[in-house]
Amino acid sequence: MTLSLFDQFLSPALMGVPLAAAALALPWALFPRPTLRWVNNRLLTLQNWFFGQFAQQIFLPINIAGHKWAVLLTSLMLFLITLNTAGLLPYTFTPTTQLSMNMGFAVPLWLATVILGMRTQPTHSLGHLLPEGTPTLLIPVLIIIETISLFIRPLALGVRLTANLTAGHLLIQLVSTATSVLLMTMPVLAVLTATLLFLLTLLEVAVAMIQAYVFVLLLSLYLQENV
Amino acid sequence: MTPCPTMHLLLLFPSFPAATPPAPVKMADRPVPVAEKRLMDVKLGELPRWLAGRNWSPNGLVGGVLGGYDRYYNKYINVKKGGIGGVAMFVFGYVVLSYVWDYEHLKHDRWRKYH
Repeated sequence: MTLSLFDQFLSPALMGVPLAAAALALPWALFPRPTLRWVNNRLLTLQNWFFGQFAQQIFLPINIAGHKWAVLLTSLMLFLITLNTAGLLPYTFTPTTQLSMNMGFAVPLWLATVILGMRTQPTHSLGHLLPEGTPTLLIPVLIIIETISLFIRPLALGVRLTANLTAGHLLIQLVSTATSVLLMTMPVLAVLTATLLFLLTLLEVAVAMIQAYVFVLLLSLYLQENV
Repeated sequence: MTPCPTMHLLLLFPSFPAATPPAPVKMADRPVPVAEKRLMDVKLGELPRWLAGRNWSPNGLVGGVLGGYDRYYNKYINVKKGGIGGVAMFVFGYVVLSYVWDYEHLKHDRWRKYH
């Protein structure tokens, strides 16, 4: 049986249930329901602090009408950050490496912001297709360019998340394979690659969190334009 | 005359063993049907009967999962000074579960001379 480098992104099934199901259920288990108590346990306190910080950060530039999206975007951020960081554990499956899932997040949410803008303030939304201060001769070209950039947004959102995570996982696999092979033949070089692997893992942890944040931040920006 | 002649004897020997009332049966000694026992109290031979007595309907399975989650949560996380242990054990269990789930695929990742 030939093993390819992309085998790590498969989702094998046990008794008919794919591993992706367990991976998707993990965030539910890690974030318990808040209680009515005044002082909660440490995990809940930490999580609530984080939600508050994040929601404040994201929704500061958005006007009141956009605050309806707070629960959606905060829960999306939590879901993505949990999936990404849990995917760095050994043997786990990362659902966000699948383009299908990321497009499933990006397209509906982006489309919702566009439709919201077109319905509530169509002139203002269409006005975004032409930046202020454009020279008159450039207007037709620029409108076409801005329309293309508008439609490429969901593709960019989905592919950015997929590509970052897939590339990171692949790099880790390659460098770790190199380290373990070199351990037999040239141990000194293996130390070098092990250092590289360590730094790479740190980078991947950072990337996992940053990519989730960027996804939600960009969505909030699109919302800000349209609401 | 006294109605009970042995009462004189009782006065002479106050510690004479009189008929004591039967000891009350404690709650813990009463026999319990196997299906209602907790898992740790079920004997090995009784295990199939215990399993047959559990609720395997979808509602029952969901209830079992949520009950298990609640028990773990209240024991390790919803405590006054919870540490990293509660979450760490859970995450480790998740890693082990992922390994078991993937085993059929992972067993092909062995050291080979030629790939």
